[in-house]
Amino acid sequence: MDEISNLMNGFAVALSLQNLLLMLVGILLGVLIGVLPGLGGANGVAILLPLTFTMSPTSAIIMLSCIYWGALFGGAITAVLFNIPGEPWSVATTFDGHPMAQQGKAAKALTAAFTSSFVGALFAVLMVTFLAPVVAKFALKFGPPEFFAVQLLTFCSFIGMSKEPPVKTLLAMMLGFALAAVGLDSVTGTLRMTFGSENLLQGFDFLIAVIGLFGIGEILLSMEEGLAFKGQKGKITFRDVLETWAELPKYWATSLRSCLIGCWMGITPGGATPASFMSYGLAQRFSKDKDGFGKGKIEGVIAPETAAHAAGTAALLPMLTLGIPGSPTAAVLLGGLLIWGLQPGPLLFTEQKDFVWGLIASMYLGNIVGLIVVLTTVPWWAAILRVPFSIIGPVIVVICAVGAYTVHSKLFDVVMMLGFGVLGYAFKKLKYPLAPLVLALVLGDMAESSFRQSMLISAGSVGIFWNNYLSGSIATLALIMLVWPIISKLFTKKA
Amino acid sequence: MKKDGKHIQQRWMELVGAAFFALIGAIVVKDSLRTGFRWGSDGPEPGYFPFYIGCTLILGAAWVAFKTIKTWATDDGKEVFSGMSEFKLVLRMFIPICVFVVGVMFLGIYVSAITYIALFMVFEGKFSWVKAVAVAVGVAIFLFVLFEVWFLVPLPKGPIESWLGY
Repeated sequence: MDEISNLMNGFAVALSLQNLLLMLVGILLGVLIGVLPGLGGANGVAILLPLTFTMSPTSAIIMLSCIYWGALFGGAITAVLFNIPGEPWSVATTFDGHPMAQQGKAAKALTAAFTSSFVGALFAVLMVTFLAPVVAKFALKFGPPEFFAVQLLTFCSFIGMSKEPPVKTLLAMMLGFALAAVGLDSVTGTLRMTFGSENLLQGFDFLIAVIGLFGIGEILLSMEEGLAFKGQKGKITFRDVLETWAELPKYWATSLRSCLIGCWMGITPGGATPASFMSYGLAQRFSKDKDGFGKGKIEGVIAPETAAHAAGTAALLPMLTLGIPGSPTAAVLLGGLLIWGLQPGPLLFTEQKDFVWGLIASMYLGNIVGLIVVLTTVPWWAAILRVPFSIIGPVIVVICAVGAYTVHSKLFDVVMMLGFGVLGYAFKKLKYPLAPLVLALVLGDMAESSFRQSMLISAGSVGIFWNNYLSGSIATLALIMLVWPIISKLFTKKA
Repeated sequence: MKKDGKHIQQRWMELVGAAFFALIGAIVVKDSLRTGFRWGSDGPEPGYFPFYIGCTLILGAAWVAFKTIKTWATDDGKEVFSGMSEFKLVLRMFIPICVFVVGVMFLGIYVSAITYIALFMVFEGKFSWVKAVAVAVGVAIFLFVLFEVWFLVPLPKGPIESWLGY
């Protein structure tokens, strides 16, 4: 078992005192980000990315991915205690988590949420450990046509699987492509859509977009909703934990199903949010007591939390092996990899063994540390939420501005961030999804260059994507995903 | 969300959104005509993808506009984008952010952040001046220590910092 020995080496890398400390810092920052409105996994990691520029890549990714795990844990706290989803993926957790808290079972709900998060993550990490090297080995055979086919699949499945109207998903994605095209064309060196502006030469950085769209946009939304925090008390005793743990194995079927949904949605770029909703929906459908859902049923907490965490973790698999992020946060981590001088993709597994396995080992450790941290510190985080919005709001705005500036040390980026903030607010209100925009902005350039490289190989014939079974089947699958909304409509009409 | 009373109608904002996408599409198409949108001898020219992206944006926007107008009558303007009072709250958040960003350009981030946080706390949160200034200065010091001292990342500074010797 190569994986086991590699993983052990990874543990050796991750277990240094410095890295463990960074892990703890990352988890704490992450939970804070998850608890605060306006800061989320994606923009939280984006804002803190510049802090890691001077670290070694391994330490940097350990800290950043731990921020992500922390944010995943943190979203559940506000969802259960305050009925406010700190993160989009914890919306489904509020359905049953908050009723449980109102019935005085907050400790049970929180323990169940944290533990299921942990189980979901562990399941996904195990999958990553054993599947990632296989996928990477397989992907070594990939040329530009195969990469383009996978990228096409990513885009098409977004349109096909989206909960929003397909045309709005398409528009959001196209806007991302358009923004990605701005600047120097990497193949011919032509300047595109810069209109003589020096600031646009580099194009739009997606980190700035993420900070604006998710950070400033969210702050504007929170202000509109008029945040009145009326929370339940949250304190977990050791007995609560043990009692809940004793009860959890009963729900193994819900748990396993949610893990599988989460992994699937994480690898195909669905992300944690749709995974949590889908898992909640299925848990309800398969339950004997359907009416109990929404009134404080523990399965209603287990299902979305397990799936969200599994999806969040599994999203790193395509990022590491193919260089294709499965979620906006994974996209930000991918951006980090490029900044630290690492080329994500299959070669990472052969050339940067320490990095990859250090990261995977830190996923195990980070989630254990995370579980312990959140179980013991819940009352603090609940107290932070009682700080009035008139303090938290402007502080978050300042932090976003600092984050946007530090990416390239350009003041123009702070203005861009503001523009993206307005866009983020309007998108939310008009029900345009944000994730396709971010992913298109990240992958747009890559997809275009792999397409044009393929065209150079084939002397301009699109047939190259169907020249071998591998790229052909992926490309065909992509087209099926694209027209999926139409197909499923036809079937439901017949039925 | 449906509601009577004063509000910004969703259907109008849908049209504004569609117009925005169409405008971006038009800009993209116009630029791709300049850089060349044809299929050259060695594959697509630089404007090839932007051209179709622009076209898709325009078509998609037209579709959204069409849908909105088709349901215009049945919607009867009750679908809410944002209530007037809620939207005022958004502006009360947004306008200070704009002023803050302009401030960062001229005064650097520390002075602007202190002013912005303190004023927002006093006027929105009805805090006393002492508390507001204490929190604001605390945040600025924290940022300074974290970025400039600890991680050696310089933040934008203005005339006051240079007068102080930074």
